[in-house]
Amino acid sequence: MSRQSRQVSRRGFLKGSGAVMGGLVLSTWLPGFIPDSVAAEATAAGRLGDQTPRGYGAYVRVGHDGKVTVISPKIEMGQGAHTGIAMMLAEELEVRLADVSVEDAPPDAELYTDSIMQFQATGGSTSTRHAWQPLREAGATARLLLIQAAAQRWSVDPAQCEAREGVVYGPGDRQAGYGELVDLASTLPLPASITLKTPDQFRLIGTPARRIDTPNKVNGKAKFTIDLQVPDMLVASSLACPVYGGTLKSVDASAARQVPGVRDVVTLDNAVAVTATNYWACQQGLKALKIEWDLGENASISSPELDAALQKASSADGVVAHSSGDVAAALEAASSRFEAVYEQAFLSHSPLEPMTCVAHVRPDGCDLWVGTQVPVFAQQTAASITGLKPEQVVVHNQLIGGAFGRRLDYDFIAQAVAIARQVSYPIKLIWSREEDMTHDMYRPHYVDRLTAALDADGKPQGWQHRIAGASVLARYVGSLPASGVDADAVEVAIDPLYALDSLQVNYIREEPKVIPVSWWRGVGPLRSTLAVECFIDELAHNAGKDPVDYRLALMDKHPRAQAVLKLAAEKADWQTPLPVGQGRGIAVSAVFGSFVATVVELEMQADKGIRIKRLVSAIDCGLVTNPTSVLAQIEGGTLFGLSASLFNEITIEQGQVQQRNFNTYRQLRIGEAPGVEVHIVPSTESPGGVGETGTALIGPALLNALAAASGERLRRLPLSRAGYFPV
Amino acid sequence: MIQLSVNGERYELDVPADMPLLWVVRDVLGLTGTKFGCGIAQCGACTVHLDGEAVRSCVLPVGAVAGRAVTTIEAVGESALGSQVQQAWLEHEVVQCGYCQSGQIMSATALLQRQPNPSDAEIDAGMAGNICRCATYTRIRAAIKDVGKGDQA
Repeated sequence: MSRQSRQVSRRGFLKGSGAVMGGLVLSTWLPGFIPDSVAAEATAAGRLGDQTPRGYGAYVRVGHDGKVTVISPKIEMGQGAHTGIAMMLAEELEVRLADVSVEDAPPDAELYTDSIMQFQATGGSTSTRHAWQPLREAGATARLLLIQAAAQRWSVDPAQCEAREGVVYGPGDRQAGYGELVDLASTLPLPASITLKTPDQFRLIGTPARRIDTPNKVNGKAKFTIDLQVPDMLVASSLACPVYGGTLKSVDASAARQVPGVRDVVTLDNAVAVTATNYWACQQGLKALKIEWDLGENASISSPELDAALQKASSADGVVAHSSGDVAAALEAASSRFEAVYEQAFLSHSPLEPMTCVAHVRPDGCDLWVGTQVPVFAQQTAASITGLKPEQVVVHNQLIGGAFGRRLDYDFIAQAVAIARQVSYPIKLIWSREEDMTHDMYRPHYVDRLTAALDADGKPQGWQHRIAGASVLARYVGSLPASGVDADAVEVAIDPLYALDSLQVNYIREEPKVIPVSWWRGVGPLRSTLAVECFIDELAHNAGKDPVDYRLALMDKHPRAQAVLKLAAEKADWQTPLPVGQGRGIAVSAVFGSFVATVVELEMQADKGIRIKRLVSAIDCGLVTNPTSVLAQIEGGTLFGLSASLFNEITIEQGQVQQRNFNTYRQLRIGEAPGVEVHIVPSTESPGGVGETGTALIGPALLNALAAASGERLRRLPLSRAGYFPV
Repeated sequence: MIQLSVNGERYELDVPADMPLLWVVRDVLGLTGTKFGCGIAQCGACTVHLDGEAVRSCVLPVGAVAGRAVTTIEAVGESALGSQVQQAWLEHEVVQCGYCQSGQIMSATALLQRQPNPSDAEIDAGMAGNICRCATYTRIRAAIKDVGKGDQA
C-alpha cells in the first residue's frame, strides 16, 4: 500500500478522534503507530509527521520483527524516565518490557509539550505525571489495532481475540505475532473508544523493573554527548569572559596556533574557542591565548553587596502573591509574635558531565547531537543563530551525565552553534570543569522572612511570609506576568499544609544581575519548603510542643500529608528518647504532586562535627510505576540535597565566581553519605512527581535535627558557613 | 613515539609525553567509557587501572605509564572480579545518570582486589576519590559488600 493512500485514510479517522469517548480524549495525543520502515523514512525527513498526518506514530512504532519502539517525550538523565515510560506503553500494548526500546522524541511542541509545564521539556518532576495518560493510551490504541488486524485476517470477532506478550491469540490455535500484523493494523481506523486497565489489572506497572538504560552504563558502552564521534569532527573548548556580561576586547592567538593538534581559534562576542584534534590540545591552545577582556560593569560587584541588597529587600513589601484573612489584624491582636529569617545560597548544578554539545552547521542545515532537557529551545536557538529555519535544525537527543536542571538551559548549545558556524567541520564543544562551574546558571540566593501571630498556646493564627530573591521564571521566559508574581518562587508558600486563619505572602524580586539564575533540582518548592518547615518547627519548640504533634494538629485538611508524617516518624522511632547531644528533625511537604516526610537523626561530635545516624523518608506519590526508581530517586535526591545543604555556596568576588572545581565546591563523598530508608505509601491516587521531592525535604529536616541535637538554631544554608562538618 | 598497553592491546602513539592518559584513551584510542569530570583528580570519573591499581588518568601524563598495563572500563569485565562488580552494580540498581559509574566500578574492582571483603571503613577509604552527583553511594556500598560476600563464600 502506498504511503499516500495510508495518509488519506488515516486522516479521515483522525478527524473523528477528537470526541470524548468513554471519558478519554484522544485528540491531543493522536497515539497511532506505524511500522518501522515508514518511520525510518519519516525520521530521515527530519521528523515524524512531515508526510504522514500529525501525530501519527507519535509514541509507538512496531517493527516487522515485533520489536517495539517507544518515542519518549522525556529524556533520560538518570531519573529512570525511559524505563517508566516504556513500562507504561508495554503494560497496555501487552508486550514484554525487554522487547521495548526507547528513542527520544524530536523537537515538536505540538506533539510533545508537557501537560503540566506547557512546553516540551524534561523537568519539574513531571515525566511520570505527564506520560501516564498518553503513553498508556498509545499502548492501548496500538494493541486494539493489532487485535483488530488479527480478527480481520482470521474473519473472527475481535472480542474472541486477546493479546499477550506481543502475540494475538484467537479462537482455536490461531495466533499471530505483532510483527506480522503491523502492515494491516496500520491501515485500520483508530478505535472508537479505548478502556485503560484499572490498577488491579496491572502486570508490569507497580512491579520493580530493572532500568533499561543501565547495562551499557556499567561497561563503558553508553554514549553521552561528550563521547560522540561524528565524521570529520574536531573537539572545541572555550573560555568565556570571567565576568558575566563582559565582552572580548582582543586576543593574540599566534602562540595557540602553534600548539600541535590545534586547528582554529574562533572568537565570539564574549568568548574565545580553540578547535583541535583532542581536548588536551584545545586546553593547551586556550592557555597559550593572550586575551584582553572588557569586564563590563559587573566587575565591581562582590558577594557582600549582593547579600546586603537582598537582606534589605526582604523587609520590603514587593507584590502580594497571596492574601487570605487579615494578617495585619492577626499580628496586632496576637498574644505574641514570632519572626525568623531563612537564607539559602547561590548554588551551581555541577553535573559530572560538564556542558557539552556536538554541532555541525552547514549552509543548508544544522545537526545538533546533544543531551538537552528542552529540544525545541535547542532547535530554535540554533535556527536563530544560523538564520536557518527550525525544520533545518535536527536535534539528536542524547543520554545526559547529570543535569539537575542545568540542561534546561541552552547557553552552551548556543555557544557550540556560534563556534560551529565559523568552521566547516562538526565540533564537539567540551567545557572544562572550571568553565562549567564559573559559567553556570545558578540557583538564586534567597531570603525568606516569616512573622507569625500566635495565640496564648503558641498556635499560629496566621503568618506573613516575605520571599526575596531573583526570579528564575522571569529570566527563563523573559518576563513575569502583570501581577509581578513569580509563581514558582511562591509555590508551597502560598498553600502551606497548615491551617491558618490568615496568610499573606509577599514576593520581592531582587535581581543580582552579576550572575544568571536558573532552575535547580527542587526549584521553588525546595526554597519554600525549607522556610515553612523550619518555621513551623521553631513555632513548635516555642510552644513547648512536640514538632510532629504540633504539625498534625494543624493538618486536618491534608490526610495524605498527615499519613506520611506519621509514617516517617514511626519508622524513625520518633518517640524513643535520645541521649544528650543527639536529636531528630522532621519536615513534611506537598511537592510536585506528592507528599513526603523526612526525618534526620544526628549526633553532635567534637568541634561541630555532625554524624547523621539515620535518614528516614516516607512518600505518597500516588500510583507507582517503577518502585525501583522511586526508591533510587528519593535516596539520591535526598543525598543530593544533603550535599548542598552541608557544603555548597557560590560566592562572587569582583564579578567573578570564586568556586572553580570540586576542590573548592566540594561534594558529598561515600564516607559522608548515610543510608536512606525509604517507605512508599501504597496508593491508587494519580501519580505524583518524585525526582525532586527528596531534595526538597532534607534541608529543613537537617536544620531541625541540628537544633534538636545541639540547641543551635541555624537559619542559613550551607551548614559549613557556621563551621559544621560531617564526620 | 610512546609505547602503551591498553586492555591488552599494544600501541605506539605519536602524542606529547605530558598529555594526560585520559585524553589519549578517549580522544586518540576512542575508548570513551572513561570519563572526564574535573581534570584535577578530584572526582574519579577518569579512574583506570595501572597494573591493577586505581589511578586518576586525568592527571597522569601518558609518558609516565609507558610499558605498564592500562585497563579501562571497556575491559574490566574480562576479569572474573570486574564482571562480578558490574553484575552487582546492575543487581543493586546502583546506576542513575551513569556518568561516574565507570570510575566507581574501576575503583571498586581495585578495592576488592586488595581487600576481598572490605569493611565500611575500607570502602569509605577506597571509594573516597569518586564523586557521584546523583549520590548513589548507598547502593555502591551495598554492591561492593555483596561482591565481598560472594568472594568469601
